[in-house]
Amino acid sequence: MSPDSGREFRRYHLLGIEELEAAEIMTILDTAASMAEISQREIKKVPTLRGKTVVNLFFEPSTRTRSSFELAAKRLSADIVNFSLPTSSVVKGESLKDTVRNLEAMATDALVVRHSSSGAPHYIASFCRSHVINAGDGTHEHPTQALLDAYTIRQVKKRFKGLRVVIVGDILHSRVARSNLHLLRKLGAEVILTGPPALVPREFELLGAKIEHSLEKALVGADVVMMLRIQKERQKANYFPSIREYRQLYCLTAERLKLAKKDAIIMHPGPINRGVEIESDLADSIQSVILQQVENGIAVRMAVLYLLLGGKEREAAD
Amino acid sequence: MKLLIKNGRVIDPASKTDETLDILIEGGKIAAINGRIEAGEAEVIDASRLVVCPGFIDMHVHIREPGEEYKEDISTASEAAARGGFTSICAMPNTKPPNDNRGVTEYILSEAKKRARVNIFPVAAITRGLAGEELTDMADLSDAGAVAFSDDGHPVANSLVMRRALEYARFLDKLIIDHCEDKNLTEEGVMHEGEIAYRLGLKGMPAAAEEIMISRDLILAAMTGSRVHIAHLSTKEGLELVRLAKKNGIAVSVEVTPHHLILTDKNLTNYDSNLKVNPPLRSEEHRQALLEGLKEGLLDVFATDHAPHSPEDKDVEFDRAPFGLIGLETAVSLLLDRFVHRNYISLERFVSMLATRPAELLGLRNKGRVAVGADADLTLLNLRKEITVDVNTFASKSRNCPFHGWKLKGAVAMTLVGGRVVYRA
Repeated sequence: MSPDSGREFRRYHLLGIEELEAAEIMTILDTAASMAEISQREIKKVPTLRGKTVVNLFFEPSTRTRSSFELAAKRLSADIVNFSLPTSSVVKGESLKDTVRNLEAMATDALVVRHSSSGAPHYIASFCRSHVINAGDGTHEHPTQALLDAYTIRQVKKRFKGLRVVIVGDILHSRVARSNLHLLRKLGAEVILTGPPALVPREFELLGAKIEHSLEKALVGADVVMMLRIQKERQKANYFPSIREYRQLYCLTAERLKLAKKDAIIMHPGPINRGVEIESDLADSIQSVILQQVENGIAVRMAVLYLLLGGKEREAAD
Repeated sequence: MKLLIKNGRVIDPASKTDETLDILIEGGKIAAINGRIEAGEAEVIDASRLVVCPGFIDMHVHIREPGEEYKEDISTASEAAARGGFTSICAMPNTKPPNDNRGVTEYILSEAKKRARVNIFPVAAITRGLAGEELTDMADLSDAGAVAFSDDGHPVANSLVMRRALEYARFLDKLIIDHCEDKNLTEEGVMHEGEIAYRLGLKGMPAAAEEIMISRDLILAAMTGSRVHIAHLSTKEGLELVRLAKKNGIAVSVEVTPHHLILTDKNLTNYDSNLKVNPPLRSEEHRQALLEGLKEGLLDVFATDHAPHSPEDKDVEFDRAPFGLIGLETAVSLLLDRFVHRNYISLERFVSMLATRPAELLGLRNKGRVAVGADADLTLLNLRKEITVDVNTFASKSRNCPFHGWKLKGAVAMTLVGGRVVYRA
């Protein structure tokens, strides 16, 4: 990798996509491309972040994001500690600030934070020394997911400009949707949000999206179809009447997919509700890039760790 | 002891006075007002560069005592009030236990007598335990000293209960103050519902939640012929409803806070929990409507909704932080700087909204005016003085003020309560 690859990325934290410039996003994607090769080697490890300590600080259950960050850190030779706390025990015990300060006392270099409160990583970043990486905050952002999605789209489509990307489902509560919306708009793609009205508020137009509540209409001419997990609890809060009706209106079926372009790809951040938001066969079809997304997650997270933590070395090399 | 306030520009909206006068104070009352009064043995206060106003009254304060004295107590709230130019504050009933019975009202008044530097007027609960079900003993509470009734923060959801409260308050000639919020619409909400909330991924509280309850209250006030006071108005349509109601002769009064007039949801972009308040900071469209209402004279009073929370309570994730910000020590300077100096309202109107109207609404006959025989509660202002807000100098126990570091023109020079100087800048 070239010592200049970090030229466009000089941030101390990665808190969200909204504040990033297009050039910074491209730097991360380019850096990820050079990282991807490491995972193909027989010895999947480089010494780049040797001696750095990364903490996975997860206040919400997560398997893939946590493991992905863990492998990314290990392939760069950083030491990584997993610190998983259900939010409920934190409420009873020490404050988030005290938890973070205690961890920092162990000389951490980066905190990878997953939290159910929107803005929790921003709050942590306001008082801590370590680099903070947002691994998903409440219903706000999930920047590395959007980056790995973009990386995957670029792999297949080779461009962003003019692409028609349809995001389907619970947009209101989705940090993945928000981060993807910001990222894809910055890189020139068109983003169409679809789902039941209460889960796709009109105000998202102000964030640069187009809104189309009919899945069929939204799918016409689509290059990318991004499905979101629908949580059953949303039905209890009357965001939509029933799972049955949701499936009738918003489940991605082979029939519906025909409305999209022939070479359209299907994405899903996981975990999938097979048969609810997507027909099981489609999730495994040739058009699906769902496992490719997971694979790319490691390269993208390696790139983010490298760009944030390798900073001093980079400057010395410049 | 006699006190003579000399050469001040006296502004008293009740008597439409705006001229340079001397005021003689004796026995805690105003003894004489004249163009020139000889000092005699009286101590003289030179007010020649100052504006002398009837003492300001904040109708909406959370003093946190009894129950949460680590956030604020009667002594610190009253000291903060004195510094902020308020000679009287109304204490909201959501204490622990709530002020829903004579015992709590009497406790507050007896402690205030011992420890407070300003007048404290308890506002008692409308319903027992602020639960919205059974009315409190409102006559007994009035007799004990409650000046108004409110279930602030836990608004009465049941329209029949609200109807009965209004009917009973009418008979007692007491004011019902309502925090208008349909709690079903704001469940789990932490900020104004709109573009910014969607961007930040924070659960919104729609303006409709306030508007619906204002509309209900106005209809019930019309039906019962009772007076109703809308606490901390924050929405455009809420203002439109009030405008219509006033036109139709409904006995409605409205208060507005400095923060809803000055800040919007755009200020929240860094998840600063000091900006988490209920009703939430609205969008610019709502703020502009409030400013129009202010200019037109539709808003009756300024109130701070002073809501202290300790740094520990506020220094957490945004959605876990409690609602509220403190206002006693900044309100006067904020309002002078933003609205008097920038000609939204006259100085007379400003005084009226802080003293004359609150006294009228609460039935405090010896307050809110500069007149012979009235209580010598006075607020002296220095309109030219420039200050920088510094939370570290506050008398309040809490620091949850979003105006730290703001430079403002216009400040309190002196506060007198019952003829005694309780604050001097």
